[in-house]
Parts: sequence; structure tokens; C-alpha cells
Amino acid sequence: MATAAHEVTPQEASAHPTAESVVVRFAGDSGDGMQLTGGQFTLSTALSGNDLATFPDFPAEIRAPQGTLFGVSAFQINFGSTAIETAGDAPDVLIAMNPAALKVNAPALKPGGLIIADEGEFGERNLAKAKYAANPLTDGSLAKWQLLSFNISQLTLDAVKPFGLGNKEALRCKNMWTLGLALWMFDRDRAPIVDWLKTKFAKAPVLAEANIAALNAGHAYGETAELAGPMKQHHIGVAPTAPGLYRTVTGAESISLGLVAGVQLANVPMFFGGYPITPASAILHFLSRLKEYGVTTFQAEDEIAAIASAIGASFAGQLGVTSSSGPGIALKGEAMGLAIMTELPLVIVNSQRGGPSTGLPTKTEQSDLYQAVYGRNGDAPMPVLAARSPSDCFDVAIEAVRLAVQYMTPVMLLTDGYIANAAEPWLVPDMSSYAPFPVEYLEDVPTEGFLPYARDENLKRPWVKPGTPGLLHRIGGIEKAIGTGNIDYGAENHQKMTEIRRDKVANIAVPDQTVELGETSGKLAIVGWGSTFGPIHQAVRRARAKGRDVAHIHIRHIWPMPANLGDLLRGYDTILVPEMNTGQLKTVLRDQFLVDAKPLNKVSGQPFLISEIEDAIDGHLPAEGDFVPPSETQLPSPEAVNP
Amino acid sequence: MNDMTPIVKTTPKDWETDQEVRWCPGCGDYAVLKAVQRTMPEIGARPENTVFVSGIGCSSRFVYYMETYGFHTIHGRAPAVATGVKLANPDLDVWIITGDGDALSIGGNHTMHLIRRNLDCQVLLFNNEIYGLTKGQYSPTSRVGTRTPSTPFGSVDTPANPCAFALGAGGRFIARAIDVHKNLVGVLKAAHAHKGTGFVEIFQNCIVYNDDVFAPFTEKKNAAANQMWVEHGKPLVFENGTRGLAMDLERLVLKVVDVIDGDWQAAGVIVHDQTNRGLAHMLVEMPFGTFPMALGVLFDDPRPTFESAVVTQNAEAAKGKTPDLQKLLSQGQTWQVEKEPHSM
Repeated sequence: MATAAHEVTPQEASAHPTAESVVVRFAGDSGDGMQLTGGQFTLSTALSGNDLATFPDFPAEIRAPQGTLFGVSAFQINFGSTAIETAGDAPDVLIAMNPAALKVNAPALKPGGLIIADEGEFGERNLAKAKYAANPLTDGSLAKWQLLSFNISQLTLDAVKPFGLGNKEALRCKNMWTLGLALWMFDRDRAPIVDWLKTKFAKAPVLAEANIAALNAGHAYGETAELAGPMKQHHIGVAPTAPGLYRTVTGAESISLGLVAGVQLANVPMFFGGYPITPASAILHFLSRLKEYGVTTFQAEDEIAAIASAIGASFAGQLGVTSSSGPGIALKGEAMGLAIMTELPLVIVNSQRGGPSTGLPTKTEQSDLYQAVYGRNGDAPMPVLAARSPSDCFDVAIEAVRLAVQYMTPVMLLTDGYIANAAEPWLVPDMSSYAPFPVEYLEDVPTEGFLPYARDENLKRPWVKPGTPGLLHRIGGIEKAIGTGNIDYGAENHQKMTEIRRDKVANIAVPDQTVELGETSGKLAIVGWGSTFGPIHQAVRRARAKGRDVAHIHIRHIWPMPANLGDLLRGYDTILVPEMNTGQLKTVLRDQFLVDAKPLNKVSGQPFLISEIEDAIDGHLPAEGDFVPPSETQLPSPEAVNP
Repeated sequence: MNDMTPIVKTTPKDWETDQEVRWCPGCGDYAVLKAVQRTMPEIGARPENTVFVSGIGCSSRFVYYMETYGFHTIHGRAPAVATGVKLANPDLDVWIITGDGDALSIGGNHTMHLIRRNLDCQVLLFNNEIYGLTKGQYSPTSRVGTRTPSTPFGSVDTPANPCAFALGAGGRFIARAIDVHKNLVGVLKAAHAHKGTGFVEIFQNCIVYNDDVFAPFTEKKNAAANQMWVEHGKPLVFENGTRGLAMDLERLVLKVVDVIDGDWQAAGVIVHDQTNRGLAHMLVEMPFGTFPMALGVLFDDPRPTFESAVVTQNAEAAKGKTPDLQKLLSQGQTWQVEKEPHSM
């Protein structure tokens, strides 16, 4: 680890895992079912009342060659009895199903942390694939951690023997054995997992029984085996949370639900045009099951057809929605311009991933902010919103729908691969507390006559459904004449229409920017957007607990920005903008408000660690007497975080 | 839409807009516009239920001249926009106006998938074998050797055959017509009557950049010998019934035969069956010169449409389910937190 934050004292090491919160990482081959194991462990964690955050981290290859370093799939969960806002900086416990998983993930483990390894997989072949010269379980190279290794493969085979499965199928139950052990470690109920297995394997009861047997065997192993020191049972207390009904939710689920809620509040059917792309496809999958909510989904032939069909549906009176990730969003650019020119409502969801080009399909990044705000030909303004967490996606999606229909404009909703895949507990919202914003189509010729590009006080033009007599009109991508919408290449008209389109978006009523933590002026503001919310919030909280004068500001409305934001930012001596890109919001803030926003950048495909932001706060707020030269902070290379 | 509304018969004039038509004088597009405006009253269409969707190119300006709902979209994407329109409201009568560059070059992918899915709509592909709006570059249907500003030494790539492409994509209605020919209205009516994607290739003369490229069969003096208008159930004859198409059974290909004294049966001339897909393939592939240009409805064999399948599936999937958003939000494994928070 190049980040120095995790120098753990012997006392701390011996206390692992700590009682308040624990970070566990399950790591194995991409075929080992680690995401499934993590998902079920998450569920049991949520049911036991802990707060939690997860970070699924998997390779782009569906089934990478077995045992290889690049085929390692990991699932990290941070859970505890206090508010949890990130997936945790460094794991306390690493469960490594093979040598490659150990090699890739051990460097992230806290010194003194616990490694549980399946020694049955540490044969010569697998060691060679993981490029280990010697067996790390026996050569002492893992000395700074606590190690427990036993033959999980063999123990699993023994446990499922009565079911007569083939060797390969039997070994597939390994992940459930491991999950059983983890459930024991953290004093968890097995019943929900057993129910889930019975449902999952309803058509193959033998597999259900075998997996349950493996789960029970893993649990029993923890309970009965006389294991050395580290293998203790821990009870993590219930986290204090507001009363109500909770569920776990991923960003992709939350966005989908928010879109459905949004169109219900708008009283308009939804048409969703999508094309498969990682990590955005989950939204298409989710919505395609919701026919009874008036949702039509269309898997188009490409990204362009996905957005073009959505625009066609909006023209016909439904709300068109499309969703993609960086490269797909790039393909949709021209069509976004069409929606801007024809002033039709449209929601575009961008689940950002590492770029440019194909980039890092399964890794997270926030590098499409320029693309969202500026990335179209012509002066093509469009509102841009950013969600900060899986549960926040719900409200942001509703807001996107509201802006689209109330201003007749396409709206870009930015999320990212981390938010899309990560899960967190969600206080199920009470829909009766949301104010409806029903769409009003123009259905009769107004007394002053019908003009397709007439405008209301928000500069919005009327929405007319084809099929309505008396309101026939033609629209298109060529510049429109003011009012009539007829083709007009006139110089003065284009000047005015460009200004109208600019003003329409610029004048959208955006709530004033609030401060998440800290004062409304002071020495240092950490300004973030999107999924950096968790690490920024925790880092600022810790720094403030140490008496530091630092505030956290988190921007949801990326474009147009809140009207008070400039004045607010000018109230701080230093503005630091952590982003998973090379400084895009920083540039926009500088441009919009002429403030000296400073960047803190990370583009390793991994979320920020809390410690990285804490270090940056320390760097910008030197203790009395220290001198730290001001500099643009750059974090170490990705290898430092996750080799 | 509303069965109680008395049907007021429209006239071609009712389908004209107040916009000045801006094609080059003598452009074939004028003739097509007139033919479409004549077709609409004959098929009993209602302007408010009609949507014209176009891409980019000279022909795509068409939508501004039809007094209907219209969407002049972006280059090549009209089929995708039209798909959204039709899925959002299957009651609308959707017409796609496109050209050879729009439909087969930049929008080739969408054209293929529109036809494959069989969306109920009409596609009028104005084929002039040239890019007109961008000032005369060769197009995907230009013949080898076409000299243009971008191919000063002649184009070298093999052209696409629009009807063969459409048929290959799974098209269930394939027709050909000529911009200025009186039969165009009949072909448009047949395309409209077909439930599914009605694909019509219209040979359209570009008077500025590719004048007379179709003259070998469109010119009056060449028409009889080189136009073969097909009709379902009628023999495949041309040149005033003196020649026809027969099957070369040895080689399984079509051949031209002479018809003596009108006895086409004796000459072995085939009777056109518009539901015969194999015959349709042969008709669209006939090399011009050796064979006449096959025109009219070459293939018409409907099957269920895309939007009807979507509507049916949506209805069946929703059957018996009451939309309850609050319940949807509360799905999955949930837990109740009862206590007041002791600290936050």
C-alpha cells in the first residue's frame, strides 16, 4: 500500500475486527460465485440491522481463464453499528478462494487483518497461474496478517457427498460453505439464505439440498472446530437508523424504481429504449419486467436506435427514456441534439465507467461530466443531474423526469458503475409524500391560434400528441422559426432561438445548494458530486471531529448549477474537488464562478478511500506551524490501491 | 380512433401544407409528393392520425409538405424514430420517407432491423443513385464507374440492390415504382393495405446530379421493352405481351421467352404469385439489360407485426397484476426498524 493511512499499531491489529464496523472482502475466481456469496451476505447483514455499503469488483470477462490474476472477482462489504457510507477503505477480513484471489487482494488488507484461504486450491498449477514462486500459505510471506487456511474444497466435497453430485458440481457449493463460515463469524441467521437457495434451485431440489448442506457445514465448522485465536465469533450491534421499512437496493434498481415513480407522478407512460452495455444493462433488465406499470421496453439494434426510438415515443406522447454508459452515450450525442432542437422530453441515464473508448467496462469513473454538460455539436444546453448513492438514485430519477416534462427538454442523469452495482439499505419511501406533477398535453387549439413553438413562462413549448385533430405540425432538426417552428435559416432567428434554448435551461429552478457538513464559510470546502459522497462525507466528519475547519458540499444539479453556489464557494479560503477523473467539475466551477477550485483526482477504477480524502484535508489544512506547499494533489497509481 | 366521428372525405389538396416546396425544378420528388397526396384520400386516411417520419437528404424534406404530423429526424435514423412513434401509439399510420444514402448507407442498420421486426409502416425509399443534398457524391446504389466529385475516376464498389436488401432482411412486402409513373399510387395503396413493413423502392430522377440514370427503362421509348409491371395471378409478360419470363428448369433461373400470338402458356410464362418468396428473390435480382426491370408489388405475404406482438406481450405480462408502486418499492427482502433512533 502506498497510501500510508493504514499503519496499524499492534494494539489495533490484535483488536481486529473492530466492534463497530467490519470490512469483509470475498475474493475468488470469476466462476466461484463470489458476487452471489457477497449478495447473500449483504442480505443477511441488512436483516440483522447493520448499516452497510458494498463494492462489487469483477473482471470484464464473463468466465476468465480459471485461476488467473485477471479473472479474480471480489465483493467487499462494510457493515457496522454506526452509519456506513463507503464500502470501507481496507478489509479487515479477506476470504481468498484461490492463490490469484489472495495475490490480487492481500495488499489491500489491513495489517493485522485476517486471511481465510482455501488451501485445497493452493496446488502447484494454481500457484503458477497466480505467479507465486512458493506457496504463500507456508512460506511466511503473509506474516503481517493473521492467516487461517484449511481445505475448503475438501470440506465442501465431504459435506455434499450424500447428494451424489459430480466433482465439478460438488465444488460449486464451495461458496456456500464459505458463506456459512462467514455467517457464523458474524453471528448471522442462516434461514433467509436457506429460503433463497430453495427458491433458486426450486427445479433442482438436489442442488438446493447440497448447497444448504455446504452452508450448514461451513457454519458448523466455525462453531465446532477448535481453531486458533483469530477465528472468533463477532457480534456487530444494530446500527441506529430512522424507523420504517427497509430493503437493500442497488443504484440500478433505485434508478429504475425512480423512473417508474417519476412517470407515475407525471401520469405519463414510459417508453424505454436501450441497448446492452455494462454497467447500464441492469436498468433495461429491471424495467422490462414492469409491464403493468405502463412501461414499454425496447431493446434496439444499437445505441442510436435506442435513443432515437425514445425520442419518437416522446413525440408520440410517452416519456422516452434511454440508458447507457460512456461509449454508448457518445453514440447518442447527435440524437440528444435532435431532442434539444425539437424540445421533446427525454431522460438519458449514463452509468459512467472508466474511459475513454471501451476503457474499463466494469470499473467506476466520473469522467463523463464534460460529455454530459458540453459534449454535443452546436450550443446544445441540457440539464444534468448526478446521483450520490444507490438510494439517492430514486429521488434523482424522479427529478430528471420532472425536469424533462416540465421544461420539454432532454435531461442527463449521471450515475456510475459503483453506484449502479453497489447495494445499501434503503428506507422505502412513502409515495404519498411526493407531490404529483401531471403532464398537460395541448389538446385544443388555443384562442390565439396554435403555434408549435409557443412558450409559457418557463419558455416551455406545448406537448401535442399525434392523433389530436387541429394541431397538426412538423418538427425536425433544422433551425426552427420562433413560434411557428417552420424551417428558418435566418440570421436573427438563429441568434434568438439559440438564446431561448440557452435561457430555457439556464432558468430552470434549481434548489439552492446546501452544505452537507460544516459551516457555510470557512477555511476549506470539499466539493463533490456523484458517488464520491460516501468517502468525502466520512473524511470530513472525521476531520471535523478532530476540530478541523472543513465543510462538505455535494452538488446534485450539475447543470444548471444552483444560483447560490458561486457565493457559497467564495466563502471558503480553499475549495478542494475530489473526483474520479482528471478534474472536470473543478474546471466547470472555475469557469462558472472564477473560483480557485483545486483538484483531487483518482482514476484507478476504484472509489476513493476515506483516508485519501483525509490526507488531502490534512494537506490543505496544515496544523499550526507546519508548512505544506500548496500543490495540485495527485494520488498514486492504481497499483497502489488495487494491484 | 373515435368510431363516432363522421368520416369526412379528404381531397389531395387537404394534404398540402402552406410551406413552399423547395426541390430543384424538375425533381422527381414533386411527382412522388403529388402521388402520395392523391393516395391519402383514396385509402381513407385521416391527417391527424398520420405521421410522416424522415431522415436527412433531399427526399426527407417531404414531411414539411404533408399536412399531417411530421418528424424530420437525423441522418439514417427515421426507422428508429418511427419505431418509437408506433410502439408508443400503434393507432398511428406511420410513413417513412428516406433515400438511398439515408436508408442504405448511414441508416442501413436501422432499415434492416425495421424490416426484420416487421413494424407496421410504409417505407418509401427514393432511389436516385446519388447524394443530392451534399452536391452529387456517389451513393451506395450508384453503379460501378459513377463519376462524381468524390469519385473523379469512377466509383469502384458494388452497389446495393434495395429490394434484394429488404427481402434479405426478411421483408414481407417488396415493391418497386417510378416517380412519374401513374402506377405509383396503386403501389402506395398496396403498401398501405399490407399490415407490416411495406417497402417501396421508387426510382426517382435527380435532374441535377444524376439525370436520366434510369432512362433505359423509364423513358417512354424504352418503357414497353424494359418495364415489366407484375400483377398477382397474371403472367409475367412485358413488351405488350410479346415477351415473358419462364423458368429455365435445368439451371433453376429465370429466362426471357417470346410469346407468340399472346399464348403465354405455350411459351411457359410463369404466373406471378406475390406470396412466392423464391420468385420474389429472382425478380429483384434480375440483371437489368438481359431482363426487364420488374416493377409493382413483387412480394406481399403478411405475418404478425412487431408492434402488435409488443402490445400483446405487454398486455399478457400485465394481466391480473395491479400496479402498486408502494408495493413495488417494498419488494424483495425487507426489514422493519421499530425503535426511534438513539443517535444519528
